[in-house]
Amino acid sequence: MTAALYGLCSAALVGLGLYGFIVHPEPLRKILAFNLIGGGAFLLLGVVARRGAAMGFGGDPVPQALIITGLVVAFASTAVAVALLLCLPRESGRASLPSDAPAESAPDEGRH
Amino acid sequence: MASDLGLAVLILGVSVWTIAARDTFAAVVGFIAYGLLLALVWVRLAAPDVALTEAALGSGLTGGLLLSASTRLRRGEITAFGDKPPATSRLAAAVICIPVAAGVAEVVLLLPEPPPTLAASAAANMPSTGLGNPVTAVLMAYRAIDTLLEVVVVLIALLGVWSLASDRVWGGLPGLRYRPDPDSPLTFIAQLLVPVGILLGIHIFWIGSVAPGGEFQGATIIAAMWILTMLAGLADAPAVSRRGLRLLLVAGPAAFIAIGLLGFAMTGAFLGYPPDYAKLLILAIEVPLTLSIAGMLGLLVAGPPRRRMER
Amino acid sequence: MTLALDALTILAVSSGAVFFLAGTVGLLRFPDALSRLHALTKADNLGLGLIVFGLLFQMKGPSAALKLVSVWLLALLAGATVAQLIAHAARPGEPRQ
Repeated sequence: MTAALYGLCSAALVGLGLYGFIVHPEPLRKILAFNLIGGGAFLLLGVVARRGAAMGFGGDPVPQALIITGLVVAFASTAVAVALLLCLPRESGRASLPSDAPAESAPDEGRH
Repeated sequence: MASDLGLAVLILGVSVWTIAARDTFAAVVGFIAYGLLLALVWVRLAAPDVALTEAALGSGLTGGLLLSASTRLRRGEITAFGDKPPATSRLAAAVICIPVAAGVAEVVLLLPEPPPTLAASAAANMPSTGLGNPVTAVLMAYRAIDTLLEVVVVLIALLGVWSLASDRVWGGLPGLRYRPDPDSPLTFIAQLLVPVGILLGIHIFWIGSVAPGGEFQGATIIAAMWILTMLAGLADAPAVSRRGLRLLLVAGPAAFIAIGLLGFAMTGAFLGYPPDYAKLLILAIEVPLTLSIAGMLGLLVAGPPRRRMER
Repeated sequence: MTLALDALTILAVSSGAVFFLAGTVGLLRFPDALSRLHALTKADNLGLGLIVFGLLFQMKGPSAALKLVSVWLLALLAGATVAQLIAHAARPGEPRQ
């Protein structure tokens, strides 16, 4: 019952995160929403782990190890995304992804 | 049951705040709170190792990373963020997201009964690994190849971050120079907390073989102490082209791969451990791995090089 | 005996929760950043101390009790330092960082 409740919570988190990912124009908010989706997915794995409790363990250890691996990789990808985001003002002069309006200026020349 | 309901409602509320907040800084603060609440949920789901990792890495380091990014973007006075999409686009996005959430909810409600579990096989093989913590046994023995690949992925991510430096500062020092201020409370807490934190990190790493903990959690705490020292200005970030730093970062994965190849000689399988030496081999992997991961995590938060190396 | 210990735990944890509530009310109702910081740090440190004190009666040995107390001390240290740093940054009239 506890597990099912948190499973529904994870479904809501995935939906919320996807909505935030689509709707926000700023890249940092997209990264936040992406992490929310990740949290929902990990919570789903955690529910599966809890349901597999047996042999005196509180939960199935294999999905729990998968979640730990996922958390570390999610942090690494967030770090790369943030580093790319912080390069954006340097390269293009503004900290947003360009909207879909037709380009007012010539496309950026590469720096090298 | 009531506390679980309250916790779930709180998490959903904080997530809605993170998505709906107008100010990016406020959204990041909401995200940090969300991470800490999620750590409580992991405890409720009987996953203390995951709770430690979520609190330290998912909420702590990620939150610090995102906070510094949002402050730097705000300070750059970038105000034109592009238009928020019109109401019809937002409605269309909601129309897409609701079936996705409903699909995941249906998966949750239709999970197979009785629940399949690998706990029996995990428990049956633990005596041959010499470990007392089943999650550590999975990470370091049963699925050690996944852990090896994960560490290599983090290292490659670090290389990706370093490659974003501009040509002028290539191979230089990450981050700005923080001036040490002897009167500041930041210096006080760095001098007081860092030795305690390092001890705590080593303890959590060491005890991970028999109790909740492990090398990722311990390495995260050590990395956080390193970041605190750099923030207080008590130590400067090392130049990323320094050979000693690079050797430290590579030592963990290299030891992992070396012991994996040794497994060919001893048991005929990559990363196979002979039962008598399993604990010793796992320890031989874990010690350099913890140091390497701590370095990788700290440098991922520090970011790409922004200052030239002094000749 | 355990009934008395449980009663003490419930009493101490409840009063700790009341202090947390008071601190949160201060966070929501006080006019400016400095007074909110004051409410948060005072109430939360004392609230956490009472909760830790209440949980001490449920611990099974001295090492677990010591760990709880060290949690409280570390939270005290971190809370006080961060409050000082935020207050320094939020002083009225200082240029915003």
